[in-house]
Amino acid sequence: MKFSRKLAAATCLAAMTISATAARAGDVEVLHWWTSGGEAAALNVLKKDLEGQGIGWQDMPVAGGGGTQAMTVLRARVTAGNAPTAVQMLGFDITDWAKQGALANLNDVAAEEGWDGVVPEALQKFSKYEGQWVAAPVNVHSTNWVWANKGILDDLGIAQPTTWDELVAAMQKVKDSGKVAVAHGGQAWQDATIFDAVVMATGGPDFYKSAFIDLDTEALGSDTMKEAFDRMTVIRSFVDDNFSGRDWNLASAMVINDEAAFQFMGDWAKGEFLNAGKTPGEDFLCFRFPGTQEQVTFNSDQFALFKQGDKPSAEQAALAKAIMSPSFQSAFNVVKGSVPARVDVPDTDFDACGKQGMKDLAAASSSGNLFGSMAHGHANPASVKNAMYDVITAHFNGEYDSETAVSELVSAVELAQ
Amino acid sequence: MASNASSQVVRTGAGSRFVIYTLLAIFCLYYLLPLYVMVVNSLKPLSEIQAGGMMSLPSEWTIAPWASAWSTAQIGVAATGLKPYFLNSILMVVPAVAISTVLGALNGYVLTKWRFRGDTIVFGLLLFGCFIPFQMVLIPMARMLGLMGLAGTVPGLVFVHLVYGIGFSTLYFRNYYQQFPTELVRAAMIDGAGFFTIFRRIMLPSSGPIAVVCIIWQFTNIWNDFLFGASFSDFDSQPMTVALNNLVQSSTGVKEYNVHFAGAIMAALPTLLVYVVAGRYFVRGLMAGSVKG
Amino acid sequence: MSSNVTSRRADDWLRDALPKIVLSPSLAIVLVFVYGFILFTFYLSFTDSRILPSYGLVGWENYWKLFSLRAWGIAIDNVLIFGSLYIIICCALGLALAILLDQKIRAEGFIRTVYLYPMALSFIVTGTAWKWFLDPGIGLQAVVQSWGWESFTFEWIKDREMAIYTIVIAAVWQTSGFVMAMFLAGLRGIDNEVLKAAQIDGASNWALYRRIVIPQLRPAFMSAFVVLAHMAIKSYDLVIALTGGGPGTATELPATFMYSYTFTRNQMGIGAASATIMLMSIAAIMVPYIWSELREKK
Repeated sequence: MKFSRKLAAATCLAAMTISATAARAGDVEVLHWWTSGGEAAALNVLKKDLEGQGIGWQDMPVAGGGGTQAMTVLRARVTAGNAPTAVQMLGFDITDWAKQGALANLNDVAAEEGWDGVVPEALQKFSKYEGQWVAAPVNVHSTNWVWANKGILDDLGIAQPTTWDELVAAMQKVKDSGKVAVAHGGQAWQDATIFDAVVMATGGPDFYKSAFIDLDTEALGSDTMKEAFDRMTVIRSFVDDNFSGRDWNLASAMVINDEAAFQFMGDWAKGEFLNAGKTPGEDFLCFRFPGTQEQVTFNSDQFALFKQGDKPSAEQAALAKAIMSPSFQSAFNVVKGSVPARVDVPDTDFDACGKQGMKDLAAASSSGNLFGSMAHGHANPASVKNAMYDVITAHFNGEYDSETAVSELVSAVELAQ
Repeated sequence: MASNASSQVVRTGAGSRFVIYTLLAIFCLYYLLPLYVMVVNSLKPLSEIQAGGMMSLPSEWTIAPWASAWSTAQIGVAATGLKPYFLNSILMVVPAVAISTVLGALNGYVLTKWRFRGDTIVFGLLLFGCFIPFQMVLIPMARMLGLMGLAGTVPGLVFVHLVYGIGFSTLYFRNYYQQFPTELVRAAMIDGAGFFTIFRRIMLPSSGPIAVVCIIWQFTNIWNDFLFGASFSDFDSQPMTVALNNLVQSSTGVKEYNVHFAGAIMAALPTLLVYVVAGRYFVRGLMAGSVKG
Repeated sequence: MSSNVTSRRADDWLRDALPKIVLSPSLAIVLVFVYGFILFTFYLSFTDSRILPSYGLVGWENYWKLFSLRAWGIAIDNVLIFGSLYIIICCALGLALAILLDQKIRAEGFIRTVYLYPMALSFIVTGTAWKWFLDPGIGLQAVVQSWGWESFTFEWIKDREMAIYTIVIAAVWQTSGFVMAMFLAGLRGIDNEVLKAAQIDGASNWALYRRIVIPQLRPAFMSAFVVLAHMAIKSYDLVIALTGGGPGTATELPATFMYSYTFTRNQMGIGAASATIMLMSIAAIMVPYIWSELREKK
């Protein structure tokens, strides 16, 4: 016990007073999980920019699990007193680390560059902690997209669905024709991505907010929630039987190869279509999930900077500035398929889907229709999110009916808090 | 040579030999099937994989995925392939395997031939250590490495693997030496041979097969470890598995399965080499030789 | 001379103590880095730790939460099914292959490497190959059906009830070759003289193995059991790569549960509680077994 208490004290100390020893002064060590060709090429823009200013870039990529692997590594490194200079982070992770007092205060840079005016309010919720800027947002992914095979829709005379009923009718038509209506991969986060959109469409933005963001027990246990689960059952009946465990990009391939009509997936799916030589608007369509035309559910990649002293170092400030520069935001997001975190970036380099995404983001932001995505950790903390995953996935796989799912959801959220 | 000793005591007729060979061949198939999937798909262009037919032979053969995995695939910001990470892994794995195997052999020797009061408990303690879940040691270990000044270094990684490898290497050698006739050791002691002399002259020459098992186990585990490699390394000491993981696990990019498979096979080649080389010491009768000599 | 006597005594002391001195670094390391950390984990399981260790005591709350989680129950059931099947099949297969391979086989070196190589491959990628192979749409089922056996089905990986068995298949594939190598090492360590003597007495091959060879392999069995039990409990990569814990939560194992609660879900306290329960269950099974093995052999 004596030993463990000593260890305890030491660990606590490590979390509170972080001193980066690894990176040489003048260099930045960056922990991230952008390792695919396009993403890394985009990040290289940032690296070149810094190197032009005489700042070295020490690369520390750790991919896997949509960043969870990198977060595990981060904990080990912070505990060892060897924190990286800057770390790619998502949503509530930023808040959690800020609570530990580990992040540098970027207010000076933010004021100088006028971040407050150009970053949407909903994003600032994550980039700021107790009024201090602690992270620089790079992009906004929106998750409530439908990717459709235009050829199949035209052949069957299906118009772009705009309501739930139209969507069901369209899916039925596709199913009757012998094709797969919905290409879907049975992984928890994919199930939850659809659930996000379904809840938004079923209950509207206010319901979404009270259920997923405020975690209101009444909303979670309501009949509306039951209806959302019922709709998931309907969608399940339009998914082929071989869906379990399928990667999202294989599901996209089904739409690309004319095997399936629709996929409900975030904007990163676009890369798969473009890579297969398809043209937006001609070969495939992108539109918002029926019933959520006004809303945007998002997740946003940000870079949090770890404290190295009282004030952020010169190279940290330079890194933050470089991340927020409109030229980097445009160059990066054109490649990544997402849209810039700044709303004032010109859309000239973006394709049709990208332009629409930027327009939607700006509109949703100004009309208060921009919400963090539950499936992607921007509506509630990791513990709650994963508890919701458990229920959504179990229900989607037919382990219990909608009634049970609603009560399971309420108790799972309670346990996780 | 030990060939006379390896002459079989158990004799088998032609009929049963046919059955034996057939069975061995069937199991070869079971073990080789996944490798077939990997090799075949690592030699196809990506478009062929995406078009389906993942089990079929390539209609257009290409080694481009292998070249890409080795030297141009995107690992981080730089498109370096797996090449630079091999050295990091080798620097980590060779000392860790060597030290833990030697320590295991010494421990096994002490625990079977120089027994003392409480040795069973000591062995039990070492053994139970094998079962600690690595996920739980991550945070305290990080703190200890930080305190020892080994955080983010290759010696730090070697140390971690050593700590969690000792239990197994001790287990292998102890259980093997247990079969070894203690009379030989006694006789040597009466002749005045010391602790290390007996170990070197009598125990080591007969340790071939178990050393192979131990080295295979340690090499494989340390080479393939991801959790420790990712958590306790720095930007300049990341081992090969972390690079392979980065190659394979890109979250939202296009998945180049052919490159992934090529990279995975490539990453396994050093381990395979160890199996083949070390396997030579898997010859029966070394012990009989030492009995006579 | 008295100085002679003391140096003699020092020599004796050194001779007696040397084995213990050789053993002590290993013991010291294990005491700190295994047992110290176990105590630390045990302590954490009573705290409100979330993202990093924190030291507010909360009593039994984490354990209470742990046992009300549906996923934990599934994980326990699964590890029992998976662990027992995996250990039994690997031991049986490993022993059988080792005996077959010990019959002066021509291409022994090649076959041994073929049986062993799955160990060399990291499951990060092999998992993908297995996933495809088991996938009814593109793998074994599709291939056999394309050969003309239309009614052939093999959909275990998509089936909640059967998915755990596909994990067993892949796990056996990975480690049975290594178990084979352990038994082979044991077989090669057996003194041939004993066997010859028994054969002169007219024992059949079967009796030879059953009565003489296999009993002598007891220490090798123990090594195999410890290694396999360790693998069964720690299986993580395998599940993540093959099924990701699905369909639904059907293939959750304690290792995936613990990782997910400790790191992904930021509920380190519950993660520590699950680790404590795991360690205690392992102790309950392993300690009596190890103890009986060690005592019997004296």
